[in-house]
Amino acid sequence: MSDLQTTPSQTVGPFFAIGLPWEDGPFVVAQDSPDAFRVVGKVLDGDGAPVPDALVEVWQADPEGRFAHPDDPRGPLARMDFRGFGRSATDESGRFWFHTVKPGALPCDDGEEAPHLNVSVFCRGMLVRLVTRIYFPDEPGNDQDPVLVSLPDPARRGTLIAEAAPYGYRFDIHLQGDDETVFFDL
Amino acid sequence: MTADTTRRRPPAHYRPDPESHPPVSFPAYRSNVARAPRHPLVLLPQRLGEITGPLLGEERVGRYDNDLTIQHSEEPQGQRIVVGGRVLDGDGKPIPNTLVEVWQANAGGRYRHDLDRHPAPLDPNFSGVGRTLTDADGNYRFITIAPGAYPWKNHHNAWRPAHIHFSVFGRAFTQRLITQMYFPGDPLFDQDPIFTSARPAAREAMVAKFDLDSTIPEWAVGYHWDIVLRGSDPTPFEDEEDHDDE
Repeated sequence: MSDLQTTPSQTVGPFFAIGLPWEDGPFVVAQDSPDAFRVVGKVLDGDGAPVPDALVEVWQADPEGRFAHPDDPRGPLARMDFRGFGRSATDESGRFWFHTVKPGALPCDDGEEAPHLNVSVFCRGMLVRLVTRIYFPDEPGNDQDPVLVSLPDPARRGTLIAEAAPYGYRFDIHLQGDDETVFFDL
Repeated sequence: MTADTTRRRPPAHYRPDPESHPPVSFPAYRSNVARAPRHPLVLLPQRLGEITGPLLGEERVGRYDNDLTIQHSEEPQGQRIVVGGRVLDGDGKPIPNTLVEVWQANAGGRYRHDLDRHPAPLDPNFSGVGRTLTDADGNYRFITIAPGAYPWKNHHNAWRPAHIHFSVFGRAFTQRLITQMYFPGDPLFDQDPIFTSARPAAREAMVAKFDLDSTIPEWAVGYHWDIVLRGSDPTPFEDEEDHDDE
C-alpha cells in the first residue's frame, strides 16, 4: 500500500485569531439545549503563566454515546442537529470555555469508555497538536475506563478529570510543570 | 447531512505518520521551552472517538471566503497568486467536502492582528483570512496575494519565510492538522527553526510548486500544494468510497 509523505504539522503561531475563532465556536450545543452546562478552564505554561494564544477544540459523542459521523457503525443520531464539535480560543487570561452536554459512554472491544471529550490544543510555541481528554468527576465508569486505568503513571490520572463547578465543570490544561496534563500520542 | 444509507466500512486504524512531524520538544523555537510537555506522550488506542471527527460543511464558508482579494472595496497591494491543490489521505485518496481554513500576513509581512508589531504597513484592503470546502475530488483553490516575509524575535535577525497557515480536518479526529505552506526556493528556509523543525525528508512536503496550469495569463501566478493526512487501515472495500453521500 502506498504511504505518501504526510504533511508535517507546524505551529498555529501567535496570530491565528484573525481567522480561526468562530463566534459560535464554543457552542457544542445550542444555548438553550436541555441539560447543557459549561466547561471552563485555563491553558497554563510550565511557569504557571496563562497561555493567551492557544486554540482548544473538543470532539464528543452525543448523550447516547453516538458520533455525528458516518464511520460510527451504529448509524445516524437520534438528534440530527447534534454536531459534537467545539472550538475556543483562549483569552488574555488563558481562559477557554465550551457550552455542551455530557456525552454517553462509548462501547469498545475492551469494555466501555467512560464519558469524555476528546481535546486538541494548539498554541504558539507548540509545533504539533497536543491531544488530551476531559473526563467527568461524577462517573462511576471512570474506574473501568480502559484509558484511565492503563495510564503508565496512575498518579497523573486526576489531570484528565474535570472538577464540578457551579456552571458545570472546571478543567485546566497544564502544558508543563508539576501538574502537567496527560497528553496522548494517537 | 442526510441519513447514511450507503454504509462505509469504518477504518479500524489510522496509520502513524511516516517520519514527518516536528518533535514535541524543540527548544530552538524559543517559546516552545516553557510550553512543551516534559512527560512522554501516552499511547492512545484509536477507538470510536478517534476514527470519527467533525465534518464541517458549507455553513462555515461565506461567498467570498476563497478569494482574499475581493473582501474589501478595493484590491489589496501585492502580487496576486492562485493557491490550489488537493487534500489527500496517506493512500492518495482524495478527501471531499472537507473544510480548509487559511490565514496569512499581507504583502509587507504584517498580520491584521493587534499584537503584530512589525513596522510594515497594514493594508486596509486585506484581511488575510480565507475558507473553502474541497470539492468531490478533494480539490481546493484560493486566490490571494503573496505574503511577505517578516522578522520575529526568536533569535538575532530571525525572519520567517513567507508562508500561508492552513487548518484542515480530514474525516477523523486522528487526521486533524494545522500547518504552513511555503513557497519554492525561499532563501530563508535554513535559518528558520519552525521550517527546519520538520524532519528533513518531510520539509519538501510543506513547499508549494509553481504551477503553470493554474497560472492565469496576464493576471496571477499559480502554485500547487497537496495536503496529505494520515492514511487508514483497512482501506475501504473496493469502489465503496465512491458512494458517500454525506
